[in-house]
Amino acid sequence: MATKKPQAQSNVSAEELKGYYRDMLLIRRFEEKAGQLYGMGLIGGFCHLYIGQEAVVVGLEAATKEGDKRITSYRDHGHMLACGMDPGGVMAELTGRIGGLSKGKGGSMHMFSKEKHFYGGHGIVGAQVPLGAGLAFADKYLGNDNVSFAYFGDGAANQGQVYETFNMAALWKLPVIFVIENNQYAMGTAQRRSTSTPDLWTRGAAFGIPGEAVDGMDVLAVKAASEKAVAHCRAGEGPYILEVKTYRYRGHSMSDPAKYRTREEVQKMREERDCIEQVRDLLLSGKHATEEDLKSIDKEIKEIVNKAADFAKESPEPSVEELWTDIYA
Amino acid sequence: MAIEILMPALSPTMEEGTLAKWLVKEGDTVSAGDILAEIETDKATMEFEAVDEGVIGKILVAAGTEGVKVNTPIATLLAEGESADAAPAPAAAPAAAAPAPVAAAPKAAEAAPVAVQSKASPDWAEGTEMKKQTVREALRDAMAEEMRRDGTVFLMGEEVGEYQGAYKISQGLLDEFGPKRVIDTPITEHGFAGIATGAAFGGLKPIVEFMTFNFAMQAIDHIINSAAKTLYMSGGQMGAPMVFRGPNGAAARVAAQHSQDYAAWYAQIPGLKVVMPYSASDYKGLMKTAIRDPNPVIFLENEILYGKTFEVPVLDNFTIPFGKARIWREGTDVTIVSFGIGMTYALEAADKLAAEGISAEVIDLRTLRPIDYDTVIASVMKTNRCVTVEEGWPVGSIGNHLSATIMERAFDYLDAPVINCTGKDVPMPYAANLEKLALVTTDEVVAAVKKVTYR
Ligand SMILES: Cc1ncc(C[n+]2csc(CCOP(=O)(O)OP(=O)(O)O)c2C)c(N)n1
Ligand SMILES: [Mg+2]
Repeated sequence: MATKKPQAQSNVSAEELKGYYRDMLLIRRFEEKAGQLYGMGLIGGFCHLYIGQEAVVVGLEAATKEGDKRITSYRDHGHMLACGMDPGGVMAELTGRIGGLSKGKGGSMHMFSKEKHFYGGHGIVGAQVPLGAGLAFADKYLGNDNVSFAYFGDGAANQGQVYETFNMAALWKLPVIFVIENNQYAMGTAQRRSTSTPDLWTRGAAFGIPGEAVDGMDVLAVKAASEKAVAHCRAGEGPYILEVKTYRYRGHSMSDPAKYRTREEVQKMREERDCIEQVRDLLLSGKHATEEDLKSIDKEIKEIVNKAADFAKESPEPSVEELWTDIYA
Repeated sequence: MAIEILMPALSPTMEEGTLAKWLVKEGDTVSAGDILAEIETDKATMEFEAVDEGVIGKILVAAGTEGVKVNTPIATLLAEGESADAAPAPAAAPAAAAPAPVAAAPKAAEAAPVAVQSKASPDWAEGTEMKKQTVREALRDAMAEEMRRDGTVFLMGEEVGEYQGAYKISQGLLDEFGPKRVIDTPITEHGFAGIATGAAFGGLKPIVEFMTFNFAMQAIDHIINSAAKTLYMSGGQMGAPMVFRGPNGAAARVAAQHSQDYAAWYAQIPGLKVVMPYSASDYKGLMKTAIRDPNPVIFLENEILYGKTFEVPVLDNFTIPFGKARIWREGTDVTIVSFGIGMTYALEAADKLAAEGISAEVIDLRTLRPIDYDTVIASVMKTNRCVTVEEGWPVGSIGNHLSATIMERAFDYLDAPVINCTGKDVPMPYAANLEKLALVTTDEVVAAVKKVTYR
């Protein structure tokens, strides 16, 4: 069942390509700003940046339609921005203010948006996988053709509940795409040190779930794979696995000294494989955009991010009463 | 205008750090992503990267400076062509400049634990040589000593080996004992807790590290159904001599899924022993006892305490028995009973109360299963009043259980109802102001003591 097929070339317009450039850049600049605010003590606790992985979520989102759902881990800022959640609301959640998406009560790891069908923001490694299948269960039950995306890491891929979920998702033909964001490390553990067989996309084979590996630094390859997986799910064929090979440039969280890999390894990835640079080159070399066009996108993004940061600093802390609200419905 | 480069916060619990080394000098041109300096936090040495481009103007804090507070200017960054004497722009607003909350919150006491040492300790002889150690070092030493002593003891968990422990508790152990005895696991708590329990059935003495106890919930079935009950179910033939350890309770700003105190949960389970120490000497002596104990022991540590320094006796074979509370401070007006990080508030409250002429006796339970009821009861019979302090939730708390026991055994001695100071009955919020309110505070302990002493 699980066969690795050559990746289809997705047909994209110059406008779409510019859109992906913009969306990836927004995530990158947003995350850089979050890192800065953390250093200043405005963001506390754990803060996991998505820098380097932008093409994964932007490519996957490119194949979605209204009604589709997504759920992920604590490394969630990129997913929220990519599905259209307000950068100011995300940043204000990071600073723990009332203007945040969870009123400041969730923080970096726990944000949600009913409106954008974003179901969190989960801190327990692997927990979002059955939850994501549960979202798909609800859609199937309700009889619509929505698809759910359950994102998880290479480390999470070893949790037992993932395989319990695979079995049920296949058994009940749930419209869920399991997106394994393989950034090669789970905190300080390189994948080869934790995983008996390296190809995570084959792990659905025992359950009859098709899967494939995708170059996660290439947004167009991710988009093409996403389209294929979505078509499979929407047609009622059951779950699909995408192992998206990516890389995180920063430490696991802000407090990770990242001594488990060399600076050269990170530098090489940044210089040779960067997802944003790839699209930039494509836009310029194909004459789909000029340096000027891209500069104006950069400027627009900078303004959005600065505005989000200002909002996040100015929004007040939640009122004391908020301590006691939202415990019961 | 020059930009000030500020001392960054590089971990959830970092308030200050050491500027270990500058990797740039005045006049160097830097671009975003270049490493400027190495900074030692409370956990690790971190590289600090530039976020802007420019030229290093003045280095304001010399390499090797310790105790540099977060947000202190450490250097200036000049725009191209600017002189090093350019007046620095005011640094971006530090965290303290957060706008006032919508409604003013009562000011929570700053929780800087004081490492008070009681005069006499029953745990070592008078005149024993003492040395200063952090809780982190004491724990590491305890495990290393027991691993040297007994070849069947091994450590297993996420990031315990090559990474040297997510919280650096197992620092150096892989080097000394090798990968056979210091085992990095995948992120599969239910699986490795089960494997470790099986290994304990099979004659080994595993120490299982949970990166934090929040993740032990993935494994709780094996802890309770497999480890705690097998001795009983097998009619005494076999059991699980092992330790489940890791940080428990709230760290700082890590929100609902990463901040909870499991003391009362595990203390409910027959077949488990439960330890929750406060001081470094107790961490050391009780960990050694835990490893030698023939039963499964839950060893609840605390991330905020890891970096605190205490006096630890220099002894070859230093163990502390389970079920013996420690009286940290003798007093006559009220008994304050606590354990773990709760002791921070209990001792601080006792200091404040002393200044107001109220004499508090402070008891650290140290182990929650078994509990040293006798020491608590004897104290309450003397002071006639009791306040309990813990970080966990109020319903079904350790304090509730102590109150019931005191009522049964010392009812006639009580001059006031026992008050349980606990964490609030809410999931842990992320927002800084709400998190302070959710935790138990020193002021709440002081207020409770005043209530039971009718002041
Ligand atoms: C059940 C559980 N165990 C351990 C942790 C601590 N932890 C948080 S993230 C992480 C690494 C996860 O790596 P991966 O799944 O590859 O995701 P990535 O961080 O690379 O996005 C660990 C061990 C946790 N949050 N939950
Ligand atoms: Mg990973």
